[in-house]
Amino acid sequence: MKPFKISYRFKAQFELQSMVWPGLLFVFIFAYLPMYGVMIAFQQFDFFTLIENANANIFKIFASSEFVGLQNFKEFIHDDSFWPVLRNTLGINILGLIFGFPIPIIFALLLNEITSAKFKKTVQTVSYLPHFVSWVIFGGMVLTSLSADRGVVNAILVGLGLFDSPVEFMANPDYFWTVAVVSGIIKSFGFGAVLYIAAIAGVDQDLYEAASIDGCGRFRKIIDVTLPSIMGTVVIMLIFSVSGILDTGFDQIIVLQNSLNVEMSETIDTYVYKLGVGQMRYSYSAAVGLAKSVIALILVFLANYLAKRISGKGIM
Amino acid sequence: MVIGKTIGDRVFEFANSLFMIGLIVVTLLPFWMCLVGSFSDGNEYLRGAISLWPEGFNFYNYKVVFMDKTIYSAFLVTIMRTLIGTALSVLFTALVSYGLSRSNLKGRNIYSVFLLISMFFSGGLIPYYLVLKQLGLIDSFFVYIIPALFSVWNMLIFQSYFREIPSVVIESARIDGAGEYRIFFQLILPLSKPVLAAIALFSVVGHWNAFYDSMIFTSSQSLETIQLFLYRIISNSSEAAGMAKAAADAVPVGARKVNPETIKMATMMVTTFPILISYPFLQKYFVKGVMIGSVKG
Repeated sequence: MKPFKISYRFKAQFELQSMVWPGLLFVFIFAYLPMYGVMIAFQQFDFFTLIENANANIFKIFASSEFVGLQNFKEFIHDDSFWPVLRNTLGINILGLIFGFPIPIIFALLLNEITSAKFKKTVQTVSYLPHFVSWVIFGGMVLTSLSADRGVVNAILVGLGLFDSPVEFMANPDYFWTVAVVSGIIKSFGFGAVLYIAAIAGVDQDLYEAASIDGCGRFRKIIDVTLPSIMGTVVIMLIFSVSGILDTGFDQIIVLQNSLNVEMSETIDTYVYKLGVGQMRYSYSAAVGLAKSVIALILVFLANYLAKRISGKGIM
Repeated sequence: MVIGKTIGDRVFEFANSLFMIGLIVVTLLPFWMCLVGSFSDGNEYLRGAISLWPEGFNFYNYKVVFMDKTIYSAFLVTIMRTLIGTALSVLFTALVSYGLSRSNLKGRNIYSVFLLISMFFSGGLIPYYLVLKQLGLIDSFFVYIIPALFSVWNMLIFQSYFREIPSVVIESARIDGAGEYRIFFQLILPLSKPVLAAIALFSVVGHWNAFYDSMIFTSSQSLETIQLFLYRIISNSSEAAGMAKAAADAVPVGARKVNPETIKMATMMVTTFPILISYPFLQKYFVKGVMIGSVKG
């Protein structure tokens, strides 16, 4: 009986293992090999290397290339685009976080105060919509809405007397950050609120009754009952937002960018794309990309530390 | 519990409702203006003031859009990648996730750590690009399918669902002599329709909206997706003007009725149409999908 059992178990386990291995192989190829490839940031790998080694395997070139230390990073720091690119990346993303993070929470809290279930559902459904269209489409609509001659935004601003004459928003670099941050918020606040709405729905109703008996008004209940109850979700979402802070926005920026506003719209992602894929300066742009990852990592630890200090909750 | 509403409450509720209506307007207005523009007469549109209704209602902009041959190829590429990519990635991710969700899998913890690390670290665009190049995926249709086959994020969602399936179900099937693959395909998949539907929907939307990969990893016109096609039209006015010119040569009568702006809007509406019509029916599944995912996260 025993030999049968062992072979049976082995066979079962082999089948089970064979389900998992292809996934591991996939992640090895598409996630770990690029991580190994990061070493080109410390080498001199570019268009000419590819030409000289026309038929060689890229990994062999990696392994045999000479290391040049931090030369690519030094080159980036001394490049004229260093400050504009860093400033735009941090500026657009940090402003996006400062304004974009609280808005879904406020929206969820206010939506919860709507008494008509049908109206609530309608608002919620509409608010998700922009999340499901691509940045190309949404960005195209933003450009149309902001155009000087036929844009609805200019019509409203001039109509209200805020502006004397229509403004070419996309042709003026000064407006780019505002356009990027506001359009980003409009696109994402609705879907960003989904988890908060769920968290609010899960708050123990007895707490509200107890608060009412204690004489709390509507605002006191929001501040003293609802908000503390969803604080865990808020902190986790905050840390996630910070960790992705420098990643987001390639699609958005590239759609909204044009040659007139490039000075305020070039971010690390668009810069890496243009230099790496466009000009084939692989090592240099990989170094720029790596610098971004390092900055992002520092920001995550900072956010986690601050979250722990302030609320006693963190993810690490 | 009914307590009489104070005046303050009523004022707040009124202002709050008004604010929500304002939000709906802000969200829908860009879509509406785009729809209006796409049905407008091109010349009227440029001359007239802003209006919430098409001026000189006509279909010429759409005719021009569909006269352009590249849009058909772009649609075909996008539909193919959406169908093939979604089917394969959902199946593959589900299979791997199922294997990993089984507590008797040997090496399970090491496997999980190996997969989770890839969520937090990445090599960045350029090393990734070079790996795709080495694999021969650059400027190939498969760059839309293969790198999207597996997602650790979706795996976590699948796992949290599979763990809810009572192990008795699997055990009894095993006693009846079913192999692991048979259990997966004939037992687990039919039991997992809600999570399969949710992940498939996210995947469909992701493939339909994907722009990054066709912009960065392909260069042939024949591999252009509908989003890249649209990006070309939006970012470069001469492209839309070229379409208008080509249309004017083909159909002189309609030439005066279009301009690059209204053509852009018609292209945007055509591209977003499949999302807009399916959205009201599907949106509740998206929300469910997020909820399934957040149980663990």
